[in-house]
Amino acid sequence: MARIAQALLKRLGGMAIVLALVVTVVFIIVRVTPGDPAAVMLGSDATPADIAQLREKMGLDAPLLMQYGQFVLGILQGDLGQSIFLNQPVTTALAARAEPTFFLTLFSILIAVGIALPVGILSAVKRGTIFDQIVVTLTMVAASVPSFWLGLILIQVFAVGQGWFPASGYGGPETPFFERLHHLVLPAVALGVVNSALITRFTRAAMLDVLGDDYVRTARAKGAGEGRVILKHALKNAMIPIITVIGLSVAMLVAGAVVTETVFGLPGVGNLVVSAVLRRDYPVIQGALLVVAAIYVLINFIVDMLYILVDPRVRL
Amino acid sequence: MTETTTTKRPVLSVENLTTSFKTRDGWKAVIRNISLHVDAGETVAIVGESGSGKSVTALSTMRLLPAGRSRTEGRILLDGRDLLAASEAEMRKVRGGSIGMIFQEPMTSLNPVFTIGNQIAEALVLHRGLSWSEAETETVRLMERVRIPAAKARLHEYPHKFSGGMRQRVMIAMALACRPKLLIADEPTTALDVTIQAEILHLLRELQREENMGVLFITHDMGVVAEIADRTVVMFRGDMIETGKTDEIFATPKAIYTKSLLASIPRLGTMGAAAAPKRFPEVDASTGIAVDGREMNPVALSVEPILKVDNLAVRFDLPNGRVHAVEDVSFDLRPGETLSLVGESGCGKSTTGRAIIRLLNPSAGSIVIGGQDVTKAGTRELRTMRRTSQMIFQDPFASLNPRITVGSAIAEPILAHGLMGRKDAKARVSELLEQVGLSAAMADRHPHEFSGGQRQRISIARALALDPKFIVADEAVSALDVSVKAQVSNLLLDLQEKRGLAYLFISHDMAVVERMSHRVAVMFLGEIVEIGPRAAIFDNPQHAYTQRLISAVPIPDPSRRGQTPPPLSEEIKSPVRPFDYVVPKRTYREVSPGHFVQDAH
Repeated sequence: MARIAQALLKRLGGMAIVLALVVTVVFIIVRVTPGDPAAVMLGSDATPADIAQLREKMGLDAPLLMQYGQFVLGILQGDLGQSIFLNQPVTTALAARAEPTFFLTLFSILIAVGIALPVGILSAVKRGTIFDQIVVTLTMVAASVPSFWLGLILIQVFAVGQGWFPASGYGGPETPFFERLHHLVLPAVALGVVNSALITRFTRAAMLDVLGDDYVRTARAKGAGEGRVILKHALKNAMIPIITVIGLSVAMLVAGAVVTETVFGLPGVGNLVVSAVLRRDYPVIQGALLVVAAIYVLINFIVDMLYILVDPRVRL
Repeated sequence: MTETTTTKRPVLSVENLTTSFKTRDGWKAVIRNISLHVDAGETVAIVGESGSGKSVTALSTMRLLPAGRSRTEGRILLDGRDLLAASEAEMRKVRGGSIGMIFQEPMTSLNPVFTIGNQIAEALVLHRGLSWSEAETETVRLMERVRIPAAKARLHEYPHKFSGGMRQRVMIAMALACRPKLLIADEPTTALDVTIQAEILHLLRELQREENMGVLFITHDMGVVAEIADRTVVMFRGDMIETGKTDEIFATPKAIYTKSLLASIPRLGTMGAAAAPKRFPEVDASTGIAVDGREMNPVALSVEPILKVDNLAVRFDLPNGRVHAVEDVSFDLRPGETLSLVGESGCGKSTTGRAIIRLLNPSAGSIVIGGQDVTKAGTRELRTMRRTSQMIFQDPFASLNPRITVGSAIAEPILAHGLMGRKDAKARVSELLEQVGLSAAMADRHPHEFSGGQRQRISIARALALDPKFIVADEAVSALDVSVKAQVSNLLLDLQEKRGLAYLFISHDMAVVERMSHRVAVMFLGEIVEIGPRAAIFDNPQHAYTQRLISAVPIPDPSRRGQTPPPLSEEIKSPVRPFDYVVPKRTYREVSPGHFVQDAH
């Protein structure tokens, strides 16, 4: 346990450094984009006085280093600035949109893993059979289908055609919780199916690798049944690449929210980013970038921790 | 052997066993009509070279071969019950229950993500219906039984914390957990050092006696067979060539193959009064008659050494300490001479070889090749240096690039050094291939078309391409079958005599070393503990470790069984030291001219 605690501290330290870098990069990106944010935001009709006033309001007239200091200080206090168009703090805007993004990501990955693990394992165990060949082909097809396209098909069939699910939207806070989640079914299925392809392939490859190992033979020689050999002895060893690819998929889902939420009309973080970009709402773009980057870092951290739990040989 | 069983029914009886594998051209039999039996308390060895089908026989008996791709015919009777007719559920009770099995590779045979205790206990839970907590108590007892020190404390450790010998003890504990009637041991000591091998064999013998268990022992090593087997089955290319009492097979082998196999084994103590190395016996495969090899020419002692190594040290830093892989190693090597570095895994012999070729950077000391100090040589000087010194590696399968023809592989160093044009290089490749006993026409083939012995010849040709003055041969013949081993060793000896080559011959195989060397250096924990002329080291070993190393070598003679003293159970210490460790100055005394022994410390 001391081993894990020590590793945890070490990784947390590393995470802090990465986050500091992310903050700096985000700060620089927004400053080096061509054009004066204030001028861009106010459009071509604005007078120089209007622009100067907005610059002052946004703190853009201060020296760069001071701006950076204030930016960092704000983040440390949980303040990501004020959205210009929404007229509310960026944190509030993000929090209000977090729910659909969070649940969509969660359900998508659960569906993806729920399909991929059993199918990948079975495919490896039944290597070379018709089942395996079908899996290999289907995963190739699924991996090359864009999720929004699959989403549109699903909407066409199950929302427009059958009317089982809403075609888009999410419902406001007044809508009951489960009805809100009902809106997520089709998008989650679309994302889950597409993402399951890659995870299935990795699971299959990792299992094939491990099933040929000597300790699997030892387990059989011990008299362990096939179920035990596969689910206990082989799977735990195959988990490292599988965990890695699941982590990557979650990260991709979060980053891909921009596209998905637009297609399904979900008022999530991705949607917020899109409208912020269209309206040049720099504080929101900046804040969303930071949050997404932080989630990335967090996912990597969780994946690292899982490695340690799965494999005692992982160097700390 | 004393007869302890009252019923004469054997524990295992294999009748006309034929196993086939599915290939693209249909079913192909890999073992044919194997019949053997193992009685209670008896050890039967299956011996043969690679590809003889001995492991397939073992796996067939356990029905561990993949179901769709293999087919087994005949009868396998365990206590009279036919295993080939048993259901898969019944087989699961047999595996790990009435038959225990241990494998060759202790490093990979244990599951890396479960604790030792869990893996041993699993067998108990599966077969004896114990709860996990009951099984844990029994596991500690089993671990103590296979003499794992501090069993209780090590129960919850993972395999990577255990040495190879200790892991094999864990495997044995696991195989014996349910008191099987039969133990199948598939090359259980092949991957281990000789001293550890002696300990494991000793342990297996003791446990077998206590349990009155039958043992089917699969090995390629006739020394091990002579040491442990009551009866022996000789296999060759899937066929059973000969079977009988072990001492009879050794004394009066009937089959020609058995005769030539016995004649090719490198044995300790066959050098007579020879001072220089001796070629291995030439065995006529059609008659099995062997003619002992001739002694090679002696080396002129007056010539200047081609290689001088002084106080060489190689150290690596780890987070928790410093590995003193090589410490204070000094020796020299003359043209035409072979100095062997012997010792067990982790003793620093390969590291020494690699440091001399400068594949590793030495931490201290000096290396002088042909009068030139190469200890700190830069890239350009190293290029020149590689023309005088070359290396041959152990694994003939991994050390040739599979996508490059052997001709290109051999020509590569010549072209890289710009010594010749392509056309001349091609002619040179033909010449080199013929010198190592292959034909010039083979230059266009790829490595996978060659056998292990042929590949090692190709590696030798590649090493010779630059006409080097000395060669570091790192376990160059260790991976080869006995008959091939003798041939390749003879080739090395002939090339040495013809070209005046100097060899630094790194090996753990004492019998080959005795035959090949002019001088021998024994390494232990990164230091040379004894160095001297070959005869002095083998006939008059002074250091306790040298004595232990030589006495642990199994003797391929059943009549001398049990003459080796029971091994000392001593864990090899590790060369990892704290960062502030000061290397003590070692002193040596000269026993006879040129024979130095490290003083006890």
